[in-house]
Formats: sequence, C-alpha cells, structure tokens
Amino acid sequence: MSPLQRRVALGLLAMLLVALPPAMQALGAGYYVSTAGRIVVFAIAATSLNLVLGYGGMVSFGHAAFFGLGAYATGVLVSEGVLNAGAHLLATMALTALAALVIGAISLRTRGVYFIMITLAFGQMLFYLANSIKGYGGDEGLNIRARSLLGFGLDLKDAPTFYYVALVALAVTLLGLNAFVRSRFGRTIVAIRDDDLRAEALGFATYRMRLAVFVAAGAIAGIAGALSVNQQGYVSPNLLHWTQSGTLMVMVILGGVASLWGGVLGAALLVVLQEVLSAYTTHWEFWTGWVLLAVVLFARHGLAGWLADLSARKR
Amino acid sequence: MPSRLCRSTLASAFVAFGLAIGVLPAHAADKVKVGFVSTLSGPSAALGVDIRDAFLLAVKLNGGKLGGLPAEVIVSDDQFKPDVAKGLFEKNIKRDKVDFMTGVVFSNIMLAALPEALDAKTFYLSPNAAPSSMAGKDCNPDFFAVAWPNDAYHEAAGQFATQRGMKSVYLIAPNYQAGKDSLSGFKRTFKGQVVGENYTKLGQLDYAAELAEVRAAKPQVLYVFLPGGMGINFIKQFVGAGLGKDITLLLPGFSADQDVIGPVGGAMSGLFNTAHWSPDFSNAANQKFVAEFRKEYNRTPTLYASQGYDTARLIDAAVRDVKGKLEDHEAVRKALKAAKFESVRGPFRFNTNQYPIQNYYVRTVGSDGKGGLINKSFSEPILKDHGDAYVQACAMK
Amino acid sequence: MSVLALEQALNGLQFGLMLFLLAAGLTLVFGVMDMINLAHGSLYMVGAFIGAWIVGLTGSFLLGIVGAVLGTAAFGMALESSLLRSLYARDHLSQVLATFALILILNDGTRMLFGNDLPLSAPAALDGPVELLPGLSYPAYRLVIIGAGLVLALSLYLLVVKTRMGALVRAGASNREMATAMGVDIKRLFTVVFGIGAGLCAVAGVLMGPLLAVQVGMGENILILAFVVIVIGGIGSIRGALVGALLVGVVDTFGRTVMQALFREFLPPQMASAAGPALASVAIYVFMAAVLAIRPQGLFPARG
Repeated sequence: MSPLQRRVALGLLAMLLVALPPAMQALGAGYYVSTAGRIVVFAIAATSLNLVLGYGGMVSFGHAAFFGLGAYATGVLVSEGVLNAGAHLLATMALTALAALVIGAISLRTRGVYFIMITLAFGQMLFYLANSIKGYGGDEGLNIRARSLLGFGLDLKDAPTFYYVALVALAVTLLGLNAFVRSRFGRTIVAIRDDDLRAEALGFATYRMRLAVFVAAGAIAGIAGALSVNQQGYVSPNLLHWTQSGTLMVMVILGGVASLWGGVLGAALLVVLQEVLSAYTTHWEFWTGWVLLAVVLFARHGLAGWLADLSARKR
Repeated sequence: MPSRLCRSTLASAFVAFGLAIGVLPAHAADKVKVGFVSTLSGPSAALGVDIRDAFLLAVKLNGGKLGGLPAEVIVSDDQFKPDVAKGLFEKNIKRDKVDFMTGVVFSNIMLAALPEALDAKTFYLSPNAAPSSMAGKDCNPDFFAVAWPNDAYHEAAGQFATQRGMKSVYLIAPNYQAGKDSLSGFKRTFKGQVVGENYTKLGQLDYAAELAEVRAAKPQVLYVFLPGGMGINFIKQFVGAGLGKDITLLLPGFSADQDVIGPVGGAMSGLFNTAHWSPDFSNAANQKFVAEFRKEYNRTPTLYASQGYDTARLIDAAVRDVKGKLEDHEAVRKALKAAKFESVRGPFRFNTNQYPIQNYYVRTVGSDGKGGLINKSFSEPILKDHGDAYVQACAMK
Repeated sequence: MSVLALEQALNGLQFGLMLFLLAAGLTLVFGVMDMINLAHGSLYMVGAFIGAWIVGLTGSFLLGIVGAVLGTAAFGMALESSLLRSLYARDHLSQVLATFALILILNDGTRMLFGNDLPLSAPAALDGPVELLPGLSYPAYRLVIIGAGLVLALSLYLLVVKTRMGALVRAGASNREMATAMGVDIKRLFTVVFGIGAGLCAVAGVLMGPLLAVQVGMGENILILAFVVIVIGGIGSIRGALVGALLVGVVDTFGRTVMQALFREFLPPQMASAAGPALASVAIYVFMAAVLAIRPQGLFPARG
C-alpha cells in the first residue's frame, strides 16, 4: 500500500472513530458508546502486551497485573480525595513502572517456559495482595464515585467524553509504538527477539534493553488501568487474575502479533464477538473458544510460524 | 495476510455491525419496565431464584400488571460477580430504559452495581441487601430497602442469646459488608463475651480450618452468618466435626430456611433462628402468598421469596398511587415511601432513611406434620417496631 | 502438639494430597510431552460433574467415583489423540492459547450439558466424626480422603518405579528423543499418560466435590496451584509433585491460620481475616518465584 493510500485509509478511520458517539446516539444506541470506550481501554492494554510479547518476544503471563495495579493506583487516590488527573497519571506510571522494573529484573533472568511461569507467579502475587487490602475493598472491590479531574470542564462520567479521552491516549500509544518500531532501539529489540545469542555476541546489552521494553509496556498497561477505573467506577482484584492476562494474550493473537494495530484489532474483535454472541445466546464463551482454537490451530501464516521459530531457539 | 487497510475496514465494519444489532425501541410510557438482576447460578442460586420466582408470581397474580399497567420484567443472572452485575445494570438502564431496578441478593454485588442506578436516577428497590452504609451516611432518595436492615436479624439473635443467659459466643461471617454488619449487629445486643471473631472468604465452602479454631476456643454459642450454599456446607461440616455436642448453634433466619433445611436434613431439627417473617404467619396476605407459591412452584417459600413478593407488591402500590404517571419521579418516590400495601410480614413501614421499621421473631425448626421440616415462629416478637442504628447519620428526614 | 495444630496438620495433609492428584497428572503431561495444558483443571471439573451426575442417578458414591474416573479418562484420551496431539510440536505460547480456548469450550459445554452446578454430598455413612484422640474428633469423610490420597500416591509410585510402563514414562520424561530412538511407541505412551492424568483429576474432583461445590469454573483456581506445585517439585517428577503438593498444602493451611492469628494482634478482625489467607497465598508464590530464580529445575528434577 502506497504512503498516500495509507494516509487516506488512516484519515477515513479517524473520521469514523470520531463520528462514532454522535452516530450511535442518533441511532438511539447511545448505550454502545460505553462499549466503544471499553474497547479502546482494552486496545491500549493489548497494544502494550503486543509490545512486550510481539516485538519483545517475552511471553508475559502476568501482564494484567500492571493493568490492575494502574487501576488501583488511580482508584485509591480518588477514594482518598486526590482528584487531579495529572497526579493520577504520575502516580500510576511511577507505580506500574516500578513494579515492572522489579518483576522484570527477576523474571528476565529466566527464559522459555520458566519465564512464563515466573511472570504468572508474580501476577498472582499481586492479585492476592490486592485481595488482602480490606481497607480498599479487598475481594469486594473498590467503588469510586468521583473521577479523575482533567480540567476544561471534561466530565469522565459522560460516556462520549470518556471515549474521546481514551481515544487520544490510544492514538498517543500507537504513535509511540510506531516510532519505536522504526527506531534503532526497536529494530534491535526485534533482532534480540529473533536471536538473542547472536545479538549478545554482537555486543548489545540484551538484558537491559529487554527490561526497558518490559517496564515501558507495564507503564502503558497501567495507564489503561487508570482509564478503566475511570470508566467503570470500580476496580477489583479480578483485574489482576491470570485469566485476565490470558484474555489480553488472546486479543493480541487474534489481532496479530507484532503488528501495530494488533492490539486494537484483537480488543475490538473479542469485545464485539462477546457482545454479538451474547445477544443471541448465553453460551458465547463456547463459541469464542472455538474461534480462538481455530485461529491457533490453523492461522499458521506469519504469526504462528514465527512463534514456532522463536520457541525452537529458546529450547 | 490481509493488508492493513483491509483489516482496518474489516474491524470498523465489525464494530458497526455489532453495535447496530443492539438498537432497541425507546422507552414506552404505557407499561412498567423492571430490571431484575440477581444471582441465579452457583451454590447460592437458590436465593436469587426464590426472589425471582416470588416476584414473578406477584406480577402473575396481578394479571401480569403492576399498578394497573402491563409489566415487563427483564431477568438476568449476575453470576455472583460484581462486574457482571454492573454491566447488566448499565444495559437495563441505558439500553432497556427500565423504570425500576431490583433483584440483587448480595451486598457486595449490589454496592458495586448500585451507582449505575443512582447516577441515572433510576429507583433501586432492594429485595434483600440493605447495608449499613446505605442506611446512614450514603442514604439516597432513590434507594429503598424492602427486606430488613443487614444488622437486624443479628441484633435479634444477640437479644435472644442474652435473654437465654448465654455467656460466651464465637462469631463467623463472610468477609464483606453484610458480614461485617451482621456481627456488629449481634455484638450490639449481646451482653456476654465474644471469644472469637472470624471472617471467611465470601463463597468459601470448606470450613475445616475455621471449625478447628472453634473447637479450640470452646464457646457456649456459635453464631454463624453464612447465606446460601456457604451455610449448607458449614452446618454439615459442623455436624461432621462432632461439634454439636458441646456448642449451641444459633443462626440468622436465612441460614435455617427452607433452602438449607432441605439439603442438610435432620440435623437442623430444633435449631433456633431469627427472622422478620415465617411461613406460618397468619395474616391474610401471607396465607395467600404461601398457598399460591406452593401451588405454583411445589415448594415452601423461603424468606427471600417473601421479600421478592413484597417488592413486587410495593411497586404495584406505588404505580397505582401515581396513577401510572411514572415520569413524575418525585411523586413515585413519595408513593414508594408511603408503602401502602399489605405486606406478608404484617406491619410494615419505612423509616426516614427508607429502611424498614418492623418486628423480628425467633423461629425454631420443627416437623411440618408431613415428614418434613419447617420453621415455626414464637408469637411474641423479640424486637418490636425496630428500625436501625444508622438512621441518625442519614441526611434525609 | 496441641489439638488445634494437629487438626490443622490433618487439614493441610488432606488438601495437599488432593492437590497431588492434580499435580501428578500435570507433571507427567508436562514432563513427558512437554506441553503446557491449561485445560487440566477442566478435566478435574469434568470428573466432578460426571461423578455428581452418576451419584444423582444411582445414589452410590462408589459408582460415582468409578464412573467419573472411567468417563474422564476416556474423554481425556479422546481429547489427546484428536486435538492435543497437534500441539506437541508447537511452541508453548500456542499451547497456552489453545488450551485456554479449551477451558472456555469445556466450561460452557459443561454448562450446556449439566447446568451451572450439580449437588454432590458425601455418603451419609461418612457424615459423622471419628474420635482420633480424646478431644479431637475429625470428620470421617476427610479421613477417607486422606486415606484415598495416600493409597493413590503409593500406587502411582509403584507404577512409575516398579512397572515397565512406569520405566517407559520415566524414560520419556527424562529424554524423549532417546526414548523414541529406543523404539518406544511414543504415541500410545502419551495417550495412556494423559488418560492416567485425567483419571487422577476425576478422583480429586469427586472427592472434593462435597467440600467445595461442583460448579463450572471450579478448575481455574486449583489449576494454578497445581502448576506452582510442579514447578516447585520439578517438572516431570512424581516424587517432586508429592513433596511439592504436601508443602503447598501445609503452608497454605498453616499460613492462613497462623498469619490470621498474627494479624489479629494488631488489626481489626475483618482486616486480619482478609490479610491472613491472602498473604499465605502470596508466600506460596514467593516460594515458587524463588525456586525459579535459584533452582529452576525444581526440587527433584526429572531430567538428568
């Protein structure tokens, strides 16, 4: 696709996305603007996982923990009366980046299936920690009545407003990811993913570079979490459970590993699939499972073949 | 692999298609729409199922109407998950545009989903959960507790234990708002010594560890608040651990109701419990309710069912009193607060915080004369005309 | 030793043995076939449901267990030879995703066949307590569980150590390529191993059914603990699975009670009750992370 065609396509897409809320409301389906908002939040989280899993080659099974941690960071601040969005942003990024630094520093010393298991362990640890803090809800979850104050009279309780704010965050994430992929750092990371022994032999600081990517992905997931608690007005330890990490992985695989739009497509596909199926049957999980199975078993082109190569080298 | 443009368009089309599916007609002013969200699956499903069945029975006995208008009740299952309940509330309110929300059994689930209703100024009538926070500082004009304040059964039990001269008690409840409320309620009226207070995980079904601790603490009375499947398992395991010999088990009404008596069986005989309602109440409304429920569903109603039934009849009375003009929010609220209906529990009225003021009774499990077990109430209430301890903190007057 | 400590020790033993039944199958599958099977917990669920259904029909708990074991083993072997076989050659991520999809399918499929949950009660004869010591009565049913767990552990040990098939399994776990080169019919071995694992899951499912609920989704939480156990014990090692399971069972049970008692000294009871069990769980994961960081092959590595 030529650069001009690409620009036109992006322009069309942008217009479609911006026109969504008024269009939905005109159709009398205003309820679905909040569904769109949910998709955007998941898209950010899934894109961050794609960064670490797709481009970084690190199969992290505890990624939802960063999402949940970000949600709790903002949620706790709101429940304590701190409403400034800037404070929320700073606190969320600091906390999730720190957690990712600690977890990544330890986990990245392992590889292959052990890396998967250890990231899972850390994810579950954070899950149980969230369960233990009864002061902030514990397993009952935390309800917040207020929202982050962005200023300019923006009220995040209003579904279209939230949708646009989240869309901006997603755009920034995607622009950042795009710049990263094209940069020298990005290309090095992909090289490390494909053959880390060779990269190390060539003198690259593979451990530190991977850690940097892991931390960045964690922080972005945290921002998605902060947005999530603003939309739902509620955060519970379930956001950190390993099944949530699994769901994020599903989104990345469905959408396309190591592709810029992979997280977005995967999130949209999964949420829409769920909404459409549940309108017809209560057994939407069943059919979603089959779709997923089919993708894993038969969608070998490019993505699965690449994954197989990646794993073969790790053994 | 499809090109990026292709994929983007596909995704947009997908999203649009998906959203278009859900376009529903706008709210019609000539009927009453009720959103009913409850726990209809899992070990504690019996509770939500009973509330639902009784609610629908009330509507059916009314000719499918509430307050003279045809009624549409949209029933969904919260699967015992707060986030699912939240999503269902949002759907009922924003997409289906209901006039009333109701149904939730558990306080934690209700508290998570309630903001959806209150923010949208949709009435929520709680057929069960009535946490202390909503009675006091968080009270809200759109929230009505139709059953009993969370603390009440337990205050009644504490009073009964004191009356009987019990000296020491060990307390167990699940670790959530209603659990905390229950044990505070008991401690408020019990004058003896608390030798242990243990909060279990909500939904926990294996109580080996807790029972070992009870055995070591040697209390005179064991007071346990464990609704639904939790209670059934606990009582069975309590008996299995041989603790019934030295320790008296005292329960709040729902841990000794029909849904527990069935699975546990004979071990329940003679157990004391406290409640605001019993199937043997002699008032006309109750006699009709119990008879019709038995006829329709072939089982004896639990107190959850009585609450579901009363909630439907409250809506019926309110809609009738405003002559179907549901758009007048304030008028509907006044009508709800007036509560001009015959409750199956006998005398009923709302306090200023829209929580009930009523009597509480002691019941005991005995033979129903047909080989089964049923609750029988003592005629003199243990707590009379009883409100709640939090009404002063509520701003509504 | 105080009565309380003894009783809690028995509880830990009971929990640990049930965990072992799940972990044993999982470690064999992981060790011999090198496959991460997230749907292992679903086999536990399927076993519980089949058992509960049979007990509901016949009234016999024994028939329930037998039927569940046979049914789940058959189901497991069918699943293995049709679907899972194509995953052996794939990378771990694909295995994770495919078996995650299986969880969704099996959860909802069970819901469609049996509903969201089925009642299951222990046999009435075992409802009462057994006086082990003066002052300590322990539920008869739990003693039966402990007994069954010990018998199965012993049988599994004999199978793996003393029989030819066991030798083949150990060979496959320790070095698959060599085993194939030596002429072992690896395909049939895999199917049998999977079947055994599924059968063990079924026993655990039916035995635990009366204590926990037989409901859809019951496999997810216990699955993760099973993974923790096999990582601690050593992937592919039955002995490791037993030691790991008992460790986790005892730490979990004692952790809950000891931690709670500790926290109650300075926290209100509601907070102590939440913090205690949660931090006991954290401790288990910390232990697993430590094992992975220091000795990743586990306490009793199967691979030479």
